[in-house]
Amino acid sequence: MPDTVCIEMRGISKHFGTVAANENANLEVKRGEIHALLGENGSGKSTLMNMLAGIYSPDSGTIKIEGEEKTFASPHDSIAAGIGMVHQHFKLVEVMTAAENISAGSEKGLFRSPKKIAKKISDICTKYGLDVDSQKKVYNMSVGEKQTIEIVKMLYRGASMFILDEPTAVLTPQEADILFDILRNMKKQGCAIIIITHKLNEVMEISDRVTVLRAGETIATVNTCETNPQQLTEMMVGKPVELKITREEPKRSEAPVLEIENLSCTTDTGREILNKMSFTVHGGEILGVAGIAGSGQKELCEIIAGMEKASGGSVRFEQEEILGMSPIEILRRGVSMSFVPEDRLGMGLVAGMDITNNVMLRSFQKSKGIFIDIAENRKKAEEIVERYDVSTPSVNHVLRKLSGGNIQKVLLGREVELNPKLLITAYPVRGLDINASYNIYDILNAQKKEGVAILFIGEDLDVLLALCDRLLVMHDGAVMDIVDPKTVTKEEVGLLMLGHHPEKEEK
Amino acid sequence: MFRIIKKPELSPGRAVLSQILAILVSLCAAAIIVLILGYNPIEFYANLVKGALGSAYRVRATFNKAIPLVILSLGTLIAFKMKFWNIGAEGQMCMGAFGAAYFALNFSHLPAYVLLPLMALAGLVCGGIWALIPALLKVKFGTSETLVTLMLNYVALRWITYLQYGPWREVGGMPKIATFEANAVLPSVFGIHIGWIIALVLTVFVYILMTRTKFGYEISVLGESQATARYAGINVNKTIVIAILLSGALCGLAGMVQSSAVEKTLTEQFTGGLGFTAVITTYLARLSAPAIIVTSFLFAILLAGGSFLETSMRIPISMIYAMQAVIIFFVLGSEFFLNYKIVPRAGKGGAK
Repeated sequence: MPDTVCIEMRGISKHFGTVAANENANLEVKRGEIHALLGENGSGKSTLMNMLAGIYSPDSGTIKIEGEEKTFASPHDSIAAGIGMVHQHFKLVEVMTAAENISAGSEKGLFRSPKKIAKKISDICTKYGLDVDSQKKVYNMSVGEKQTIEIVKMLYRGASMFILDEPTAVLTPQEADILFDILRNMKKQGCAIIIITHKLNEVMEISDRVTVLRAGETIATVNTCETNPQQLTEMMVGKPVELKITREEPKRSEAPVLEIENLSCTTDTGREILNKMSFTVHGGEILGVAGIAGSGQKELCEIIAGMEKASGGSVRFEQEEILGMSPIEILRRGVSMSFVPEDRLGMGLVAGMDITNNVMLRSFQKSKGIFIDIAENRKKAEEIVERYDVSTPSVNHVLRKLSGGNIQKVLLGREVELNPKLLITAYPVRGLDINASYNIYDILNAQKKEGVAILFIGEDLDVLLALCDRLLVMHDGAVMDIVDPKTVTKEEVGLLMLGHHPEKEEK
Repeated sequence: MFRIIKKPELSPGRAVLSQILAILVSLCAAAIIVLILGYNPIEFYANLVKGALGSAYRVRATFNKAIPLVILSLGTLIAFKMKFWNIGAEGQMCMGAFGAAYFALNFSHLPAYVLLPLMALAGLVCGGIWALIPALLKVKFGTSETLVTLMLNYVALRWITYLQYGPWREVGGMPKIATFEANAVLPSVFGIHIGWIIALVLTVFVYILMTRTKFGYEISVLGESQATARYAGINVNKTIVIAILLSGALCGLAGMVQSSAVEKTLTEQFTGGLGFTAVITTYLARLSAPAIIVTSFLFAILLAGGSFLETSMRIPISMIYAMQAVIIFFVLGSEFFLNYKIVPRAGKGGAK
């Protein structure tokens, strides 16, 4: 029964306090289609989907499933109606097997019947062409496998309508391709699939129709084949945007600013996180680092900044060994680091404090005496707010209450204002909207022009390829290769990220 | 049936207002308990206030509780700001008093202007050292400071009992420690012992320390996140140790003040559980030094008024402890309702 409308959301509004997350949002999804829900961060995509998944209830508006009006009071109701949501952060029990995870919570009766469960899972896998080892423990799985488990879990519960929240954000290009194949299969079987995303190329590649949200409101629903990225961007942002990252070509310093040689790091439990990494960063260049999340990027940043111990190798900054120095000594030599962790606030910022207090975090120890010059720091905070266009009522505003983009501007602004010679920045655009992201790229380019050496750890390959002068690809704590972003293809980088080196393997 | 939804954050003004409201509601709830016990709640509260503030003598008794409470709460504040859950103010107070009493009993020939500072110093040092134990254990071995500080309270309390019945027992007579000589007793200013000036000065000191100095800033950052603190170049272990030393020292000083000015000796009951009450007053003051004066006074009124109720209405002091519990219950409860709201699980028609 393709082409019948199975999900219909009409005039949905949802307010949190005085903030409207959704205002008159509409969505209509048919059986047998992949429907992209496109919008910038904060445009209300997730809120709208959370209402469909029964996590929130709308303030007003109607939700119809298969033509029947429904009110979801909890996720259970939504699952019962056949809707399954795959969240960005997987909700799996690491120490359990795939089968246990898939069946958890949907077993009836007092006893488990592993045989029946295994049978049902294998039936599902055959039907949708999935590959699941049901006895494998989750902690042994790659991100892609975990995601498949999440999808099977929903199918197991009888879902036929799926919501995937930014499913490719954590995947390599190859894994994303596999996922897309799975989704196309599910579509053929008559499933309805909604994917939440802000990546335009994905929308173009996989979706049949697109609904664009802006500021909580549905702007339009269009057929993918009748639109193009430029038009979609304009709908998302509300004004024409120049979609180009410039690559400045200033003069590169002769001597490297940062030289890393055979850097290794082992955990207390003996797990190897970094394995003999060697590379250099020169002044006036951006060295990009690509790799699957958790390949050692965080440890690399932390070791350079002096927050983590290395088990071997050397880190030289302007010919001086800085391994073993305290974070403050390294900071004083001119190394800045801004690491945006997954929760955005884990490190580098203090969520419960105001902007002024956050701005002085890295510089308060420089002032003399035991007191803090609050007036001076407030002035500095005001400068950063103005220069980096942070939108906030005042510098006394608690950081937690700002939006993600503004929080990141404060972080990057503070690090840049320290006038570093080496700027390490990890995931600076994580979760930012298009305009905010381009602001950040501009800031990085401006720093590069001034001769700063930049180590840029990113997730979006398109951005890394467009922005960086050289691109280092990491796999499992080791340098796979350093490639030229102007000539390399995305697929080649993807293979390197997975640990396949074409030349080395041939030998 | 019902579900819980997170609300957006409130303005500080409204948060304080709702806290005051919560206290008022809790007083009403306590009134119901009083009523069930068979007393007249209006009479109960009238007597409570009368007992705490009814005469110069009673006001002094209230101050005698409020002063140590303020100092203890200030000490607790420093630790709490760092999210180091020091609930060992009671024990640190005991050890501070022990240090002070040692000098009071053995160096009573010294003039007051030498002896009193010496006692204060001993109080600071002993309280500080007592707090240092859980701090070092935490820094070195990652032990839970909550458990260690709590247990050390009982060690300290028993230590005083031991002294009272053992080595320091006054020759002949009851098992008690000798009364301090006059030169080991803190003088009075305007009819109230000088501790009130000490408490006020310390309030200003702690306020400035926490809001204007690098060290206070380090404590706050550390309280938010250890990773961030290290990233900011803060020496985490050093900061923990110094802050806790200071926290314990203030509690120890409270012990010195109480034993010297009020008890004029050392007894096993001299703390009156104030070290535990300080946890509540600090928390209710939302870790603000000036607000501690307010909350400490409120609780001092409860405690002092409570003793009066025992004689005037024959209501046991336990009622006051029950009231404290009710107040905490409602304030914590209001905190929940400030942050979350409960909505009925909608049937047909949807939730508004």
